[in-house]
Amino acid sequence: MISIFANYGPDLLLGLGRTLLCSVIALFFSLIIGSMFAIFETTPIKFLRVIARIYIEVFRNIPLLVITMFFYVVIPLTFAKVDGFTAGTIGLTLYTSAFIAETVRSGIQSVNSGQMEGARANGMTFWQSMRLIILPQAYRYVIPPLGNQFINLVKNSSVLAFVAGFDLMYQGNVIASNSLDTINTYMAVGVLYLVITMPLSYYMRHLEKKLA
Amino acid sequence: MSMIEFHNVQKYYGDYHALRNINLTIEAGETVVLIGPSGSGKSTLIRTVNGLERIQEGQLIVNGQDLANRKTDMNRIRKNVGMVFQHFNLYANKTILENIMLSPRIVLKRDEEENKKLAMSLLDRVGLADQAQKMPAQLSGGQQQRIAIARSLAMRPKALLFDEPTSALDPEMIDDVLNVMKDIARDSSMTMLVVTHEMGFAREVANRVIFMADGQILEDDSKETFFDGQPSNERARQFLGKIITH
Repeated sequence: MISIFANYGPDLLLGLGRTLLCSVIALFFSLIIGSMFAIFETTPIKFLRVIARIYIEVFRNIPLLVITMFFYVVIPLTFAKVDGFTAGTIGLTLYTSAFIAETVRSGIQSVNSGQMEGARANGMTFWQSMRLIILPQAYRYVIPPLGNQFINLVKNSSVLAFVAGFDLMYQGNVIASNSLDTINTYMAVGVLYLVITMPLSYYMRHLEKKLA
Repeated sequence: MSMIEFHNVQKYYGDYHALRNINLTIEAGETVVLIGPSGSGKSTLIRTVNGLERIQEGQLIVNGQDLANRKTDMNRIRKNVGMVFQHFNLYANKTILENIMLSPRIVLKRDEEENKKLAMSLLDRVGLADQAQKMPAQLSGGQQQRIAIARSLAMRPKALLFDEPTSALDPEMIDDVLNVMKDIARDSSMTMLVVTHEMGFAREVANRVIFMADGQILEDDSKETFFDGQPSNERARQFLGKIITH
């Protein structure tokens, strides 16, 4: 495994960087999109609830690879040209958003309904109450499951390998076929995934303790 | 001028007829106590006044605006009509001071310095100025309820609604809360609608006592008639007999 790092270090680091970049972008946007649909699901407005339900059911129940292929193959045929990295990151974001929406929704629903009533009775709008009172409490409840989603997201970013996204998994595949040292290559790739996911997992645990 | 007017108001939860033909007028500055057995619709009635519950039929005019009209801006009503809940509903993620200052800041856009000054004076009024930096969960129920009252007062409302404000409290906490409420009731400009079974409070500061059962108003008397005379309604008499003997 040492020799793999020695011979292919720059390639692996390039892949690691790509994986990290894709993960950070997807994490940021899926948290925003997911929270948005979670709020939609809990609004009194039926139209928004229906929209959220459709989004979540569609993106949660289609394999990530299929979603990614759609953006990689179908979108370039009709709209704009997208590279593998972009297609993969969009696919991963939309896919993960559906899961985050469900997680955040469960958090919102575990906040006592009196919190919303208290805020509304004091003149705040639905959105003000959501942003200032409900969501901060909801996120606190769902830090552990959100951590799981984030870790899944990092691992799922390996879908980039299928669409030439030049991520860690993609580099691993290339190195494995060049070096013919499959076992050590994929072990090295695994170690590098751990380099991202372990600190993330540790950080989420820390956050959980700090806010609990 | 009347602050709250119900005209033939009907409220349904599905098939359940929760409020039946409610007609009621509350003048500005009045303190009205609403009593009745559980399930009689008194909480529902009080919650319609600030739009937490929608009415299906009739007319409900609060502070000059018709709540039956879908276009009525509920947030405008709620700026002028505060509510105190059975379970306090303080914001669990905010300090006591923030609980009081939040709505005046973001809803009324009150100047920060003035906001803090008023908040501290209200905390002083309810006897909890030393608790300003604590979180709600660190306070007792009675303290939380007094904070909730201060939070409502910070909006400088014209009317306050109290939905069983002492029902969730330990007996020794109740008086502190009632004293704050009596203090507010003596302020002649505040309209108060109070759902409670605290007859001592009603005797001392209420102008009127209303008895509800099965979603209907069965009795609407002055305090004197209700306590010293006899309610004309049989069920009201029985109910009064039961709670007075406690």
